[in-house]
Amino acid sequence: MSSTSLSAVRSWRPSLPRRHVPVLATLALLLVMYGIGVSQYRAFSNVQVVFNVFIDNGFLLVVAVGMTFVILTGGIDLSVGSVVAMTAMVSAALLRAGLPAALVLVVALLIGPTLGFLMGCAIHFFEIQPFIVTLAGMFFARGMCTFISDSSISITDGFWTGMSQERIGDPAGNFVSISVLIAFAVVLVAAYVLAYTRFGRNVYAVGGNAQSALLMGLPVARTRIAVYTISGLCSAIGGILLSFYTLSGAPLIAVGMELDVIAAVVIGGTVLTGGSGYVFGTVLGVLVLGVIQTLITFDGSLNSWWTKIVIGGLLFAFILLQRLIGIRFK
Amino acid sequence: MNTVADRLRPLTGHRLFWPALVLVVMIAANTVYRPGFLAVEVKNGHLYGTPVDILRLSAPLILVALGMTLVIATGGIDLSVGSLCAISGAIACLHISGAADQNSPATVATALALAFGAALVLGAWNGVLVAVIGIQPIIATLILMVAGRGIAQLVTEGQIITINSGPYRAIGLGSFLTLPLAILIALAAALLVAAFTRRTALGLIVESVGGNAEASRLAGIRSRRVVFLVYVVSAACAALAGFMVTANVSSADGNAAGLWIELDAILAVVIGGTSLAGGRFSLSGTVLGALIIQTLTTTVYAMNISPQTSLLFKAVVVIAVCLVQAPAFRARFRRRRRGVEPGPAAPQREKEQVPA
Repeated sequence: MSSTSLSAVRSWRPSLPRRHVPVLATLALLLVMYGIGVSQYRAFSNVQVVFNVFIDNGFLLVVAVGMTFVILTGGIDLSVGSVVAMTAMVSAALLRAGLPAALVLVVALLIGPTLGFLMGCAIHFFEIQPFIVTLAGMFFARGMCTFISDSSISITDGFWTGMSQERIGDPAGNFVSISVLIAFAVVLVAAYVLAYTRFGRNVYAVGGNAQSALLMGLPVARTRIAVYTISGLCSAIGGILLSFYTLSGAPLIAVGMELDVIAAVVIGGTVLTGGSGYVFGTVLGVLVLGVIQTLITFDGSLNSWWTKIVIGGLLFAFILLQRLIGIRFK
Repeated sequence: MNTVADRLRPLTGHRLFWPALVLVVMIAANTVYRPGFLAVEVKNGHLYGTPVDILRLSAPLILVALGMTLVIATGGIDLSVGSLCAISGAIACLHISGAADQNSPATVATALALAFGAALVLGAWNGVLVAVIGIQPIIATLILMVAGRGIAQLVTEGQIITINSGPYRAIGLGSFLTLPLAILIALAAALLVAAFTRRTALGLIVESVGGNAEASRLAGIRSRRVVFLVYVVSAACAALAGFMVTANVSSADGNAAGLWIELDAILAVVIGGTSLAGGRFSLSGTVLGALIIQTLTTTVYAMNISPQTSLLFKAVVVIAVCLVQAPAFRARFRRRRRGVEPGPAAPQREKEQVPA
């Protein structure tokens, strides 16, 4: 299905900027997959199915937005899954200790960015590869989870349960959770920052060529450290959303989530060498993953491991596509 | 003070000095904490003791890290090794569990050959993606890392396949000449790789491809073939490690077998002083790095800390070793008074860092 969209896109090429092709391919894929779902299963056309994809993947969306910033500068952040778990764990533990919800929120939202800031500093000032530094961050955050508690802690706080159960919907009975609205807000802010602010242009410039950016007098150090801090903040927000969703903090939750996030960003058309990609593409990438899961759930006869195989196959298809249209791929 | 520092410079300047020091310090700390740590005794003709356990359990990591060293030396990275471990273990266990006589050497040999062949094919897939199609290694192998776990579960059908095969079990738990068989296999593989890379020009070629693939090609080296080859070798090493991991527990679990071993292997390689940017590698450093990681894990277990919390210690060690090895960090320490800009260190970088 992606090959047909590719050939269709090729014939229009003169009028179409090349860097939009991956995003459009993702959009086409998403529509095709949704179409398949609707044609195969009657209940699939229900609006609530779409809303459920957002409800189930709101936290993934937020984290993927943070990861988009990092990947746009040509870096990578492996620590996101663990930071999500750590944030949920810390909030659960603090709430159990009886702290007020507002204070817990502030503390939980500060941990992720702090870790991200430290990792960014190590990456920039000591020139250690992002892969290794964020790997250490991943180990650290995951270790902290079990350090806090070996078993999962449930959350009974009124504010949390309120946020978890609040349904915002239309008279027809379709609804979204507050988490989805928060995720949308994060997406909008991120899209604005990347497209219309000086900082956003710096992110693209550093990802395009850090050396040139430095020679042009752009604040490479600040930008690089800032993207890891943003990724940390997004992971922290993702962790809070996850704790709204599950109403607990578990030490082994969100294991391997960084792979899903990276896959979503790549499927969304962001190039892993940096400098090219959009937040909108990432949203589509997350939706593709969500729809795959929904399709497999609807089918019923396919097992959960097919999700992984399909995601792997899609990754391959999209990377091949990026290669074919030749966007600055080393 | 200067004279002492000068005299020690040849020693501290050696690339294996810091990793070796870390290992010695860890063993020393262990011995202080638990005096019986280094005790080794002979029972039924086998050696028993914590050091022997560390050696035995580090065998899969050493194997995976060996292959990873070669891949990283070419400037690449192989994230798929953990999944390959799971797939090869799953295929081998599936074949053995279906056989009438699980203990027959022929069955085990066929199983190993099948699984090994499958791993080679998957390694070749990685190699084609990187060397022929030219996809960035970290993404090319990410595909198999994600999909591979699914394939492994597909092979085991989501179950944990338990087997009862003496010969297969021996790969992980057997011993030969009083030493664990696993560590002997790992050592043999290490020596084989060392012989091929350091006694022939192959190692130099690998390093030159890692230094600059295009320049190497112009110099008459078939860069693509070399890159292709290292991914196949890495997959072969991962398959062997997969046999050991599954043999240790006599069962294949598509989800858990070889989980995170790729990260441990990359750590071992980096701790051993191989640059992630490619262009040089140290096999002895890698073996040392793998031993450090396994010693750390065993230490933490012995201290009754939960395995997950051991990640905290791992994070600290990783950061410490990487900082000590980072040229920028050393330069900063030597010339602390210079400004914030890490200018002096920049020219020391051998090449533009790959975004790995």
